[in-house]
Order: sequence, then C-alpha cells, then structure tokens
Amino acid sequence: MANATLSAIDFDPAYARAARRYFIGRVGVYSFLILFAFIYLLPLFVIVANSFRPLPEIIQNGLIGIPHSLSLKAWGQAWDSYCVSGTCEGMHRNFFNSLEMTIPATIISTLLGLMNGYILSKWRFRGSEILFTCMTFGVFMPGQLSLMPWAFILGKLGLANSIGGLILIHCVQGLSFTTLFCRNYYLSIPDDLIKAARIDGAGFWRIFFKIVLPLSPPILIVTVIWQFTGIWNDYLFGVVFSSGRGQPITASLIGMASGGISVRVYDVMSAGVLIGAIPPLLIYFFGGKYFVRGLTQGAIK
Amino acid sequence: MSREPSSGVVPRVRTRNETLLVAESPPGPTLRERFGQAMPIIVLAPSLFVSFVYVFVFALWTFYISLSNSTLLPSYGFVGFGHYATLWSNTRWTIAYSNLFLYSVLYVVLAILVGLGLAIAIDQRVRGEAIWRTIFLYPLAVSFAVTGTVWAWLYSPNAGIEFLVRSLGWTDFTFRLTTDRNLAIYAIIATGIWQSSGFAMALFLAGLRSVDPDLVKAAQIDGAGPFRTYRKVIIPTIAPIFIAVAVVLLQFAIKTFDLVAALTQGGPGISTQFPANYVYDLMFQRGQIAEGAAAAMMMLAALAVVMVPYALWLVWRRRGESGHG
Repeated sequence: MANATLSAIDFDPAYARAARRYFIGRVGVYSFLILFAFIYLLPLFVIVANSFRPLPEIIQNGLIGIPHSLSLKAWGQAWDSYCVSGTCEGMHRNFFNSLEMTIPATIISTLLGLMNGYILSKWRFRGSEILFTCMTFGVFMPGQLSLMPWAFILGKLGLANSIGGLILIHCVQGLSFTTLFCRNYYLSIPDDLIKAARIDGAGFWRIFFKIVLPLSPPILIVTVIWQFTGIWNDYLFGVVFSSGRGQPITASLIGMASGGISVRVYDVMSAGVLIGAIPPLLIYFFGGKYFVRGLTQGAIK
Repeated sequence: MSREPSSGVVPRVRTRNETLLVAESPPGPTLRERFGQAMPIIVLAPSLFVSFVYVFVFALWTFYISLSNSTLLPSYGFVGFGHYATLWSNTRWTIAYSNLFLYSVLYVVLAILVGLGLAIAIDQRVRGEAIWRTIFLYPLAVSFAVTGTVWAWLYSPNAGIEFLVRSLGWTDFTFRLTTDRNLAIYAIIATGIWQSSGFAMALFLAGLRSVDPDLVKAAQIDGAGPFRTYRKVIIPTIAPIFIAVAVVLLQFAIKTFDLVAALTQGGPGISTQFPANYVYDLMFQRGQIAEGAAAAMMMLAALAVVMVPYALWLVWRRRGESGHG
C-alpha cells in the first residue's frame, strides 16, 4: 500500500478508487478465510485443549475454553485404564487392532491395485474395458449390501470376529478404488514407452518393475493415503464384524462416547478421540500436498 | 493354467506389435512365450474374480435375501416382495428416506458452495496458501466417528456453544440443534458440510489452476470485472469438476451412517433416522434380516439414480470429444 500511494503522487481519482477497491477486496478475502478457518479449527482446538484440562475445570467452564492448568492424566487413562465395554484397559488394544488391520489391508490392496491398473491400461485385451467398468462398480457399492454375504463367508472361512476377516473385507472393498486410481493414472504414461521396451525384449514383469513402478510414486501416495484413512476410519464393518476388545479403535469410539455413562468424562474421552484420530491426521499433514496433486492427476478425471 | 483360456485372449494382446513378433520368431510361440503372454490375465484373474463376486454375487445374494423369509438368521424360503411393502409402510423408513433426500440436496449444494468460495478465496494469491489449504482439508482425514463425537459436544446445550455464549453474558441465547426434533437433521447437515467441503475446495482449486491464463486475461482486457470473469469464463470451464464433486458427495451422502451414529443416534425420537442406520438396526438389532436386505436394496436404488445418469453422461461426453478431434 505504501508503494501505491507514493507512485500516485499527482492525485489520480481513478487510481485511488482502484486501490481502495483492491484494499476492500483483500480485507474481504482474508476475513472470509479467517471466519471459515475459525469454524474449521474450533473442534480440533476443543478436543486438544480438553484432553489436557482437568475434568472439574471442563465441567465448570464448559467444553470450549482455554486450559488454565495442564494435566496428562487423561491421556494415560484413555490409553490403558479407561473402561470400555466391560474391560478396564483403555484403548491401546483397540489402537493396535486398528494398526494390525489397516497396515496389511493398505499394503495388499495397494499392490493389487498397482498390478491391476498396469494391466488394464497397458496390457489391454478384448473386453478389458468392460471388466474394468464392472470393477469400478465396487467403488459405489454401499457396504450395507455386502453385510449378510460377508457374515456368511467369514463364518465359513473361520474369520468371524477377527482382524483377519476385517483385513479381507477391506482388501476386497479397496480393490476397486486402488484399481481405478492406478489405471487412470497409468493412462498418462505414453504407450510408446511400453512398446519400445517390448521391442527391446522386456516382458511383463520387467516393464512393470523397470518402467511403470518408478513412475508410480504420485499415485502410490494417493492410494496409500486413501486406503489408510478409509480403512482406519471405517466404522460399519468394524462394528458389525468385531466386538469388545477385538474392535478397531474407530468402532470402539462411538461405543465409548454414547455408552450410557451418566457423568461424561470429557477429558478422557477427548484423549481417546484424539488417539483414534492421530494416525490419519499425521498422514494428511505430511502427505496432504501430494494427495491433492495426485488426486487431480489420477483419480478424478 | 491350461492353455485354452489364454489362447482365446492372447492374440488380441499380440495384434498391436504382431509384425514385430512375427519377424522375431517365425515358428509358433513356445509354451514359455505363451505363458509369458498370458501373464496379465493370470495376474488379473484373482482380482477380477473377487470383484465380480463382491459386486454382482453379493448384490444378487442380498436381493434374494430381501425376497426370503429370513428373520434372525438368513433362510432361503421365497416369499416375494412383501418386505418391500412392509418397509415402505413403516414411518421410520419413510422418515429415513426423506431425511436422506433433504440431507443429500443441502449437503451437496452447500458443500460445493463453501468449497468453491474457499477455493476462489485461496486463488486470490493469498499469503500462506499451504496453511489455509491444510486447515480446510484436515477434517477429511478424520473419521465420522470422531467428527460426530466432537460436534455432538459442541452442540450440547449444557457444555458446548450455547453454554459458552451464555457464560459470555448473553443469557437468553439458545442453540439446541441436536435436541430439537425439527432441527437435528440440520446439525447433521452442517457437520457433514464441515467434514467434506475441504474435498470440494481441493478439487475446485486444482480446477481453477488449470484454467488457461490467456482466457482470463482476454476477459479482463474485454473489461470484465472479477465477478464477471468468474461467472462467465472460469466457472463454465470447470463445469465438469462440479459434476464430479457432486457425484462423489452424493454417494457419501447415501452411505451416511457413522456420522448419525455418533452425532444423534437417529434421535431425538426417530427424527434423524437414515437408511444406512435403519439397515443396520433391522439386521443386527431387531433380527429382521430380510427387511434389512430390502432396505439395503433401496439404498442401492438411490445410488443407481445418481450413478446411472452420471455414467451415461460420461459416455456421452467421451463420444462428443472423440467426435470433435
């Protein structure tokens, strides 16, 4: 603004009007952003603050408030001594259940998606487009539609009420997403590159490992973030196909929050909710930039 | 692996560089080569099989269960479409379906408006763009279970926003969305928008960045102000993104389940029932599997209403493009 006034030494009304309009525009843009940032950050602030505030202070001053004193007690309780559904060992077991479920399911579904995407974009055969379209139906299937068949199949496989069963479900369900993402991304790799490699005698696997895989990091990041957060955050399958100590953390959170306790232990619940939210949040904070970039390159076309 | 299935498919793969293969290996392909050529099919087959079962067999299976006499356990005696009639005569279900309709419309429209507004604001060369983007996108990382729990607290009269405003001095202030039968659905809508508008923002921002700068410059030279430029030039060029975002959000809306479970549990009363929650209730709380399956089929029908026109539009657009070039 200082420069603007200096350069307009002989007072030019048109220029002054433009400068004023620019200034008002800036104020408008920033106040709009600040207002929404406040709304977006309020829940995060509330939950973080309350996990460190002592319970009496929360009850007295309400949930929205600045901590007057910090205590780590709630975190410890939420981790290993809070009572959820009859057992008093906190949420650490559910947290590890979630890790045990999410990591293998993410890796398996991502690897299969990479292979499928590679084949469906670079090794097409008669009918492969139709098969691809059928696979993408899986993206839109509501989970409720598959509950009864899954219950039957998991029972037959002896995987009922186990982390293994949940891994299977998430792999199958995730396959359609990962295949869609990778296939759309690989379309942008020129076919000539593959053709040239084939002329040089490279086969299916060689082309995959030497050409396609080194070009894959952008879509790999998108797929891993999508799968990890999606599986970690899944509630439906977790709540239907596991129970009590065997539940992943997302499924156990709602049971904890609406578990008919008359006195709400907001401090412990805040810490518990945060424990359940930290892994996907970390993934977003570190990978979010690549996620958005890759999403627009491959996923949404 | 037998050779027959591969021989039916492989020639198609080969046609592209047939001449080369012919030049290199005059005698017919050896077993090893044939195996190599069938490799894509061999690798793809398990995924295809699993996806086929997941999509088609599961859907038909659930459809059949919806026509059966299953109650607490699945059974396969055929009874016809009676469960659909029972379902639609149930107030809980009609409320759930009308909630879904109201939610879908408001959630999709408002999330797009908020997302577009944020994207345009960020696109004005603001300082700290990455920070703004992260702030608006982080809710997407958090599960609906977490989102619903936290917002339920903020909406709660004796601890949340109402408590705060009253303690600041405005003692008559009331803000009780989740305890009011007529307003609770709007609490769910607002929370859904909070969670998803960052997704819309990210896609719109990418779209705005992909608009040809010369086009914008040309509009400005022609004397168009910023509003006119956006309305007449930029937004029409990113129209396909609107449709993509709307479709993604609509299918989120139809699958809404955990948000309701965490935020209102369908209450007060039955005012915030959603189809997905009702399916769960029927199948696992009330032991009426057949009716639950019928309700799940109706969710699929709602999805089809969204997805079929979208798929047709995609096909039509692709045709149009190939026709032009």
